[in-house]
Amino acid sequence: MTTVLAQINTKTATLLFTALLGLSVITFAGHIQAATLHDAAHDVRHATGFPCH
Amino acid sequence: MFTRLVTSALFAGFVTGLIAALLQLVFVQPHLLHAELYESGQLAHAGAAGSPAHVPSEPFDIQRNGLSILFTALIYCGYALILVAIMSLSEDRGNRITPRQGLVWGVAGFIAVHFAPAVGLPPELPGSAAADVGLRQTWWFSTVAATALAGWLLAFGTSWRAWGAAIVLLAAPHVIGAPHPDTFTGTTPPELVGLFAGAALGVGLAAWVVLGILSAYFWKNSADA
Repeated sequence: MTTVLAQINTKTATLLFTALLGLSVITFAGHIQAATLHDAAHDVRHATGFPCH
Repeated sequence: MFTRLVTSALFAGFVTGLIAALLQLVFVQPHLLHAELYESGQLAHAGAAGSPAHVPSEPFDIQRNGLSILFTALIYCGYALILVAIMSLSEDRGNRITPRQGLVWGVAGFIAVHFAPAVGLPPELPGSAAADVGLRQTWWFSTVAATALAGWLLAFGTSWRAWGAAIVLLAAPHVIGAPHPDTFTGTTPPELVGLFAGAALGVGLAAWVVLGILSAYFWKNSADA
């Protein structure tokens, strides 16, 4: 029982971590307003419908 | 399991990103470059007097478009990481993941991250007037989260309580309303704004359908390392 619970928790943590990693990538590439990042990703942010400027 | 999640997401995201970037460069970028002529003042829209509907295409800017390709790939890798994690969660609950099902996941993803936010904040051309970027980003993230959760509840809910909650979540961001500026100051012709928004949404749908199919394909065909 304990082993099963531990497996479930590890699995949930792995899924959560993967999704958070994805969210960080989206935030970094699409939303952070730092000038260099903004300029580099400018066209993509507009074309992908992210709020820009 | 983590390796399997990440490798399938990166394969799916990167291939989708390249396809999306190509579609954007062909169908969306010309409208964006056209609008920049108004933003920079090289062209002026004079209402009834009109302004040219066709402008000479600009030479291919390797650095600018190279960065666009890179960032598109990055963004779709990010989306793929989230998508594959949710697919895997649904698989644990008895749902089968196949490329055919991936198509439906892709359409649902498009609705959550492109279409629902576009209802309140349509893809903006450079030079458009807009509310504070922080407020818009907050509304954007909230709308995406609420719509995605609603999609999950609609697909996997088994009671009217779940479906009712989904309807509330779908409607709430639009009842609250997206942040808009106090005055519209855009100098770009409205026709161009419409063309841009339509093309951006079309490319988004195409990319998400590809992302859904590929994510399901790579997830199904990769083994636990």
